[in-house]
Amino acid sequence: MSKIIKNFKNISYGPAPEDSKDVMAWINSMNKPNHLFINGSWVKSKSSKKIQVINPATNKKLTSLSLANKADVNAAVGAAKKAYTSWSKTSSNTRAKYLYALARLIQKHSRFLSVLETIDNGKPIRETRDIDIPLVARHFYYHAGWAKKIDTKTHKPIGVIGQIIPWNFPLLMMAWKIAPAIAAGNTVVLKPAEFTSLTALYFAQLCQKARIPKGVINIITGDGTTGELITSHVDTKKIAFTGSTEVGKKIIQSTATQEKKLTMELGGKSPFIVFEDADLDSAVEGVVDAIWFNQGQVCCAGSRLLVQESVEKIFIKKLKARMEKLRVGNPLDKSIDIGAIVAPVQLKKIQSIVKKGEKEGSKLWQPSWACPTDGLFYPPSIFTNVSPSSFIAQVEIFGPVLSVLSFRTPSEAVSIANNTPYGLAASIWSENINLALDIAPKIKAGVIWINSTNLFDAACGFGGYKESGFGREGGIEGIRAYQDSSLPETSNVSKKIIKNKIELPSIDTTPKLYVGGKQKRPDSGYSFNQLSAQKEFICDIARANRKDVRDTVEAASKSKIGSLNNFNRSQILFYLAENLSQRKETFVNLLMSISGVSKNQALKEFEDSCERIFYYASMADKFEGNIHNPPMRGLTLAVKESIGIVASIMNDHQPLLGISTVISSLFANGNASIVVPSEKTSLIATSLYQVFETSDIPSGSINILTSKTNELNDTLSQHENIDGIWAFSADAKVRSSIISGTVFNLKRYWCPKNINIDWSNTSEEFLNEFLYEASQVKNIWIPYGE
Amino acid sequence: MNLDIDLVSNIRINLSAIERRTSTLTKRRSVKKEYQAAWLLKAISLIDLTTLSGDDTAGKVERLCEKAKRPISLDLLDRLGLHQGEIQVGAVCVYHHLIKEAKKNLPKNIPVAAVSTGFPAGLSSFKTRKLEITESIKNGADEIDIVINRGFVLQNNWKKLYEEVVDFKKAAKNKHIKAILGVGDLETLRNVAKASMVCMMAGADFIKTSTGKESINANLNNSLVMLRMIREFYQMTGKKIGFKPAGGISTAKTVIEFLILVMEELGHDWINPKYLRIGASSLLIDIERQLYHFALGRYANKEKLAIG
Repeated sequence: MSKIIKNFKNISYGPAPEDSKDVMAWINSMNKPNHLFINGSWVKSKSSKKIQVINPATNKKLTSLSLANKADVNAAVGAAKKAYTSWSKTSSNTRAKYLYALARLIQKHSRFLSVLETIDNGKPIRETRDIDIPLVARHFYYHAGWAKKIDTKTHKPIGVIGQIIPWNFPLLMMAWKIAPAIAAGNTVVLKPAEFTSLTALYFAQLCQKARIPKGVINIITGDGTTGELITSHVDTKKIAFTGSTEVGKKIIQSTATQEKKLTMELGGKSPFIVFEDADLDSAVEGVVDAIWFNQGQVCCAGSRLLVQESVEKIFIKKLKARMEKLRVGNPLDKSIDIGAIVAPVQLKKIQSIVKKGEKEGSKLWQPSWACPTDGLFYPPSIFTNVSPSSFIAQVEIFGPVLSVLSFRTPSEAVSIANNTPYGLAASIWSENINLALDIAPKIKAGVIWINSTNLFDAACGFGGYKESGFGREGGIEGIRAYQDSSLPETSNVSKKIIKNKIELPSIDTTPKLYVGGKQKRPDSGYSFNQLSAQKEFICDIARANRKDVRDTVEAASKSKIGSLNNFNRSQILFYLAENLSQRKETFVNLLMSISGVSKNQALKEFEDSCERIFYYASMADKFEGNIHNPPMRGLTLAVKESIGIVASIMNDHQPLLGISTVISSLFANGNASIVVPSEKTSLIATSLYQVFETSDIPSGSINILTSKTNELNDTLSQHENIDGIWAFSADAKVRSSIISGTVFNLKRYWCPKNINIDWSNTSEEFLNEFLYEASQVKNIWIPYGE
Repeated sequence: MNLDIDLVSNIRINLSAIERRTSTLTKRRSVKKEYQAAWLLKAISLIDLTTLSGDDTAGKVERLCEKAKRPISLDLLDRLGLHQGEIQVGAVCVYHHLIKEAKKNLPKNIPVAAVSTGFPAGLSSFKTRKLEITESIKNGADEIDIVINRGFVLQNNWKKLYEEVVDFKKAAKNKHIKAILGVGDLETLRNVAKASMVCMMAGADFIKTSTGKESINANLNNSLVMLRMIREFYQMTGKKIGFKPAGGISTAKTVIEFLILVMEELGHDWINPKYLRIGASSLLIDIERQLYHFALGRYANKEKLAIG
């Protein structure tokens, strides 16, 4: 018998490899290069270029894939477009059955998929087997339910969706993309990451088994060039992308002229906050799951450890002791915590960032043991002596490297946590429920985990704030992202100008800008003419320039609107409506003279405007979040939060109703707004100042800048302290240039394509669209139990 | 050491996080083939082979002692390449009145542990409980498993708990005492952690999960909490306290999970009978079955394995 048994007093972990025979046989049976899955069958690529696939754990070649070219993308999009006509009308029950079939097939082949994913990606078998693949099945089950629930006649899908996914959770990201898209009635062209396409290709075989109608799901392999072909294709109506912030920004810019709907799941540098009253030993395990899960190649990885000074030393000591126990190596081994880095280029990137961190003076620590050298391995690493300004505290490393920072007080923790362009996730550790629930809303991130980390569920939306992207995946938010949300058009816009007899003001009016609750002269000292509809001069209007924008953003950022509760906001809006209603004569006259509408039309617009503000006053405390019940003992609160500072660029049509809709919906959700009325209707907006001033509007929460048409667009869309921009313009060029401008801070944008929005529409769908656009969802995970 | 109430009060345990750790831990580590056989042999050497029933008799104890000396059959030993005497259990654990019987049937190197102090409720008078310890030692017990007064824990009366354990330790003279927390009666893991810490401060050489008579006995969650307290205490004092999970560990698979837990949280140093014991009665037979399968490549007939 073996020495191991003889020596049983000194036990140790031996090798415990998962069997990979079946999977290797499948890989070896693939075409070389493998074909593309288009229109329900395997099609040979028109391109001669190939992608080499390696097993990162051995750095040896596995197989090769086709690099799809333009002809391939055209074929795939064409198949999806053709399939869309019938799939979008397929009954909800039938769509549900297909999704259910996929869920079942994934479960039936779960171990095969786990092993395949591990071989292709390098992540430990424990993670693919216990986390990734079960979540994939869960996602299809959950969305089978949505398919059943959604009637595509009333909730229209969008069309062909282009989907581009990353290599860190290949099959899971594929599920996050495909399941909601097809549940809502869309068809898809999906491109898995070039390093990790194998599970998606096996999934395509499962689609064949499930007899998914031809063309509903198309999966093509390729690199960034293929991705670009998908995003730029005229027939992909929406792009869903998960990947780096850098590529995300490029996609936003390159698709701006086509005005595609986008969902962007981008990078992160998420804080992991440990308060002194946390269960420290458990928090150490939390760190392990935060930064050493999937080799740290996780967009929401807790890569910045923020620990309270009073427990910093002891916590780091515990953490280092724990790190000594981590095992790096063959990811197919069941006793491995950390597998291989996905590709040589990623390993090099990690190494170079770490080198830079050391050079900058931060202190690197790694466990005493060495990694295997026959694959792409990197040890778990922590950096101490890091400050918020350090390179390694700012840049997304996407590797098993943790930066440690300390804080003294809760408010300092919040300011360090938010001191990043990203806002994907955060983890908060404290046994004090008051503290934890106080910090959660203060962190600007889309997902907050209390006393936990990296928890995911199909029912709970996932997605970022700030430069971590926009749009949510999972939950009802994720479904909305795959439904048509275009606004109603009005058909009867009369170009006829009615020659109203107007009473000109008896003394000269001098409208200024409205900034921080005060009327302010424009920085430029210039004015422009306010003309009537019949081109008669009425008065001079202040002409704002970029410095006025700067001052206004400053004033808006100081606004107290954030500290008002929803009841306060509701009361203020009711009061605003009341005060506006007393100025009927002024505004009816203005509308008649400036818009050139009939008295009846002007009266209706005025009444509609008062009613609109009333509506949003009513909704301020009713447009609320959800409570999700993911499969755990605990809750996930889907809280609706404000965007922040939102700029709105208005058009000429129904000016009073338009501006009333915009300011009140934004205010109802707690945003500070900067409104630029259309040049021709400026006087209507400036006439609201007195209404604002009598309505207890907190200073800076509604600001008005008048200017010539499109003059401030670039300044506003590019301003990095503005969090969102709405533009109502009939000119596609204007809209796309605004969209392009948003990429500098990835502000939320909303530029409806309508030529003439029917502002007087009173359907709940129309009115609620403004509330959705004025808010973002934060999911707060609260496991509990004593 | 002295009772440090501040330290005890500041202990924090997060149940959900504890559960996450234990549920993933057993999937993060796996031992196979000859490694598994070695781990199982190791587990045998850690067993406090126990009989604690109302119907225990001299005959029952005698049988138990025979099994303790020869936990697996000679044939199986042979196939594993081991000799008789190389493998024996950690100790034999019996009620007070059977100590002499056990001593008589065991070699010197297998200690006899006695459950004293009004096992299992621990609610008889303080005087008689203390006296029971003295008597057990007089009868030859090498180790004393004491039960703590769970009421003190539920009332957070740490001072009382501390003093009682200090007194028991004194009564036990230089013998090891294992403090049985009765985790099932303590309800929360926070209580388990605090009781563990107080018992260690008071001089317990081992902390033990339960009597085996409560509805909840040793599981990975309460064990993890106790192990973390042992680690905390070691870091504070440099003193290694032993751990004894008891009750409900009846399969080879489960015992390996416990060993992995100790290996990961405390390390190799703790995996020997000096610091780790497993209170069990039916576990041994399942381990033997697994070893049989390993050695012969087929599953054993139950009747081929000797009962204790």
